[in-house]
Amino acid sequence: MPDITLPASLDGVELVRSVRTPARMEYTYTAGVATTRFLKGLAQGKILGERAQGGKVYVPSRGADPQLGVPTTEQVDLPHVGTLVSFCVVNVAFYGQGMEIPYTSGLILLDGSDLPLMHLIQECPVEDVHIGMRVEAVWVDASDLGPTLESIRYFRPNGEPDVPVRQPGEGVTW
Amino acid sequence: MRDVAVIAFAQMPNVRAETVLNEVEMLMPVIRDVRGRAGLDQQQIGFTCSGSTDYLSGQAFSFVSTLDGVGPWPPIQESHVEMDGAWALYEAWVKLQLGDVDTALVYCYGKSAPGPLHEVLSRQLDPYHVAPLWPDAISLAALQARAMLDAGKAREEDFCEVAARSRRNAMNNPNAQLAWSVSEYDLINEEPLVDPLRKSDCPPTTDGASAVVLAAGDRARELCRRPAWIRGIDHRIEPMALGMRDLTVSASTRLAGTKAGATGTYDVAELHAPFSHQELILREALSLGDHGNVNPSGGALAANPVMVAGLTRIGEVAQRIMDGTATRGVAHATSGPCLQQNLVTVLEGDS
Repeated sequence: MPDITLPASLDGVELVRSVRTPARMEYTYTAGVATTRFLKGLAQGKILGERAQGGKVYVPSRGADPQLGVPTTEQVDLPHVGTLVSFCVVNVAFYGQGMEIPYTSGLILLDGSDLPLMHLIQECPVEDVHIGMRVEAVWVDASDLGPTLESIRYFRPNGEPDVPVRQPGEGVTW
Repeated sequence: MRDVAVIAFAQMPNVRAETVLNEVEMLMPVIRDVRGRAGLDQQQIGFTCSGSTDYLSGQAFSFVSTLDGVGPWPPIQESHVEMDGAWALYEAWVKLQLGDVDTALVYCYGKSAPGPLHEVLSRQLDPYHVAPLWPDAISLAALQARAMLDAGKAREEDFCEVAARSRRNAMNNPNAQLAWSVSEYDLINEEPLVDPLRKSDCPPTTDGASAVVLAAGDRARELCRRPAWIRGIDHRIEPMALGMRDLTVSASTRLAGTKAGATGTYDVAELHAPFSHQELILREALSLGDHGNVNPSGGALAANPVMVAGLTRIGEVAQRIMDGTATRGVAHATSGPCLQQNLVTVLEGDS
C-alpha cells in the first residue's frame, strides 16, 4: 500500500482501521396462498402439506410443484410423527441464536410426506441423536398456538423402533 | 457469432403491491405464458437463467425456492444473476453462443413493495462512504437532474415533457401501472418532491415479473413466425463513486451502444429511464435525437418493477418486431444509481 501523507491537522490522530455501519430494514412478508394455509394450520395444531399432481406431498409448501411448475391445490393433514433423515449438532454460538449450545437441528420426514421439515430435536442428549430415529412433535399449549412454526416447540424421540435409513436424506422420494 | 432471437415475451400486469401471492406463485403464470407462446415445455429448453435480488425479498437465496415455479425436475441447466433480467438475458445469449444449446428461458421478478425500497437501493452504494448516509434513490436521481439543469443541458419543462408523454403512452399499455393524460404544461406547476424532481418525474413502486424465450438459428425460425433477432448486445459499467463521473452524460450507455451497433434508424426504442431526466441523457448517449417512438409502453415511468424493468424493455421491442409492427428497434436496461451500469441491444426482424 502506498504511504499516506496526512495533513498536519491530523498529526497524531489514530488511523481508522475498521468502521461499523449497521443496517436494519423492515419488510412486510407476503407468505403466499399455500404457505398461508400451512401457517393457519399450525395455529389450529395441524401440519398441512400440499399434494402435487404427481402424488408427492410437500411440507412446508411455497405453492409450486417443483416437478411441473404448477400450483399445488390439495391439502393433506399430516401426522405429527416422522423419521429423522439427517441432523446437525450445533456447537458454535452465533448472533441471534437464542438456544443453548450444543443443540440439534434435524430434518424430519413426516409420515406421508416427501419433503423433510427442519426443526429442533430435544429431550434427547445430542450424542444419542441418530438418523432413522422416530420422532414426534411437541406443541406449545393450545392457548399459545399461532400461525408460526414455533407452535411446534420441537420434536422428540417417540420410542418407536428405528426405521432403516442407509444414507442421510433417504426416504425423501422423487 | 450465432444468430440468436427473442421468440416469446410475457409479463404480468404491473401492480403497486402483490399482497396475496408470494414470489413463486406470482411468477408461475408468467413462465407458463412465455413457454406456451414459444411452444416449448421446460424439458425442451436448453438453459434457464433468472434475475432477482434477495435484498427486495429480505430473504437469503430467495431465488432458489422461486425456481420451483419453473419445474426444474428432471434436473435442468440453470443459472441466476443478482441483477435485472436483462443481464440474465445477456448470460443466456452467451450460453447460446457456445453452441451446445439452442433454446433458453430467461425470467425475472421483483417485489419492490415488501421492503423500504429507497433504503433497500441504498445498500448497493459504496459501503464505507456513501451507504452509511442512507441516501435514497430519489435524492440521488435529483442530484443528477440538478447537474443537468446547472449544465444547461435541460430545463424542467423537458423533464415534464418526458413524464407526461410516458404516462400518455402507457394508456395504450394494458400492463402499465401508471397511465394518465395530463399535459406537461400542467405538470410544471406540480410541487417538487425532491427538488428539482416532481413526483411525476419519478417511477412508481412496482411488483412485477417478465420472461422471454431465446432461440438460435433455425430453431428460432421453426418456433417463431418472425423472430426478433439480437443483432448486437453489450453492457458497460462506470465507477461506483458518484463523484468520479459526469452525471449529465452516460458514457457506459454510449460505449455499449457503439459495441452493440446501435446506429442508424429505429422503428421503436425502449429506454430504461426510471426518472424523466434520465431519458434525455440516454437519448443523447444513443444519438436518438428527437426520435418519435421512444418508450411507447410508457417505460419505467409507467411501471418500474426493480430487477424486471430492463428485461421488459427488451421484451417490449421484441414483441413489436414479432407482431410485425416494427422491423428494427433498440432496447436499453440500467442498473445502479444514476445510470451506473447500462446494457444496450439492437433487435431486428427479417424484412
